[in-house]
Amino acid sequence: MAKPKVAFYWCASCGGCEEAVVDLHEDILKVVEAVDIALWPVALDFKRKHVEAWKPGEVTVAFINGAVRTSEQVEWVKLLREKCPLVIAFGSCAHLGGIPGLSNFTTREKSLATKYHKSPSVDNPEEILPKLETEINGYKLELPEFLSAVRKLDDVIEVDYYLPGCPPVPDLISQAVTAILEGKLPDKGAVLAPDKSLCDTCPLKDSKPDIMKIESFKRVATTNPDPEECFLAQGYVCMGPATRSGCGELCIRGNMPCRGCFGPTSEARDGGTKMLSAIGSLLDATTQEVSDRLAETMVDPLGTLYRFSLPSSILKHRLS
Amino acid sequence: MPDESFEPTIVGFLCQWCSYTGADLAGTSRMQYPPNLRAVRVMCTGRVDPTFVVQALADGADGVLIAGCHPGDCHYNEGNYRTMRRYPLLLKLLDQFGIDKDRVRLEWISASEGEKFARVVTQMTERLKELGPLNWKERSEQYCGAV
Repeated sequence: MAKPKVAFYWCASCGGCEEAVVDLHEDILKVVEAVDIALWPVALDFKRKHVEAWKPGEVTVAFINGAVRTSEQVEWVKLLREKCPLVIAFGSCAHLGGIPGLSNFTTREKSLATKYHKSPSVDNPEEILPKLETEINGYKLELPEFLSAVRKLDDVIEVDYYLPGCPPVPDLISQAVTAILEGKLPDKGAVLAPDKSLCDTCPLKDSKPDIMKIESFKRVATTNPDPEECFLAQGYVCMGPATRSGCGELCIRGNMPCRGCFGPTSEARDGGTKMLSAIGSLLDATTQEVSDRLAETMVDPLGTLYRFSLPSSILKHRLS
Repeated sequence: MPDESFEPTIVGFLCQWCSYTGADLAGTSRMQYPPNLRAVRVMCTGRVDPTFVVQALADGADGVLIAGCHPGDCHYNEGNYRTMRRYPLLLKLLDQFGIDKDRVRLEWISASEGEKFARVVTQMTERLKELGPLNWKERSEQYCGAV
């Protein structure tokens, strides 16, 4: 029997998800033994014409990482959706919008201005911006359009499964690949990770006090957390209560409060407001004045609560 | 120029022990106040997850009123304290989303304060008329519509 073919594609991402595939270490040899790679722009030279020539169903599964920001990415993911029976959103950006999704906090125009003429390292006195079409020496050059907002993958195409994480951990990738090869996938639309909160599996959970009172919010940038004590109880915004487990608690073990890259469990419609509800209730305040003062100590609620998930939140973007 | 004909939609999450009863009192006492508030009775303001507020705004509300028992009077002892603590964080978050803080209001209205309920709804309606429609859905469509 011919080996099943798989495709890897990247959109607005950092390349960390590609790294995660390589991080399978020796296990990648088992993957390569079991499947043929039909597309992998980061490592192998395939062009769009090759993909366009695929017969429908010829390539079984597309792993797509990265959020969708440009018209080229829209074209590519639609093409892959058309060709592949199975599409898996790979990593936080495809799943939730990820770090690139934070640019929904500003406008396209401001993002372009920052990138192309406001950065201190940029020398562009005429404030030239990329154009969709440019004529040079009689040749017409085209660039993809930079769209108005960052979208998660399932805002653009139908997605069959989600592999969460920034990046997804090797264990979950291996389990997903095995499930695909053996045809033992769960119901369509599932997130291929446990559906319980990180606090449930946290190595520090025994240190969580019965009654938690947050006296002020702290940041790891300016203070040192105690690695032996529940981060929330110390006043750090640890996203554990509103985040899916399955990562192996890597950040917690590295003395870093959870940042929420796995997104909320299936119970929560919006991880950010759920987390706000949880930590807000824990503030050590019995008057409005004290509540107001404690809220002030949280420097950037939007960036903290939606670090990986702004495009998948209810509001999705800032109003300008 | 504000649109004179604009009638804001306010979603009001009212605790059943105090503010919902206060609203009832305003009604049975025949107090006049604008009909812009759509009341949602909840057991306690502590049940008002910030998600509800955000969802209401995203789905077309121009403003949200959360009203419950005065601090110390909560039927469940401390539900309203939880709301009090979350509220400034929620306002700060909404401000980052570009939503004016006057669109979401927290008030303590007891069962005997029908007059206060009518006054709060009147004030809030007037303020929202000044702010104009939120139109989150339509405006969101411009940024994040289908591609």
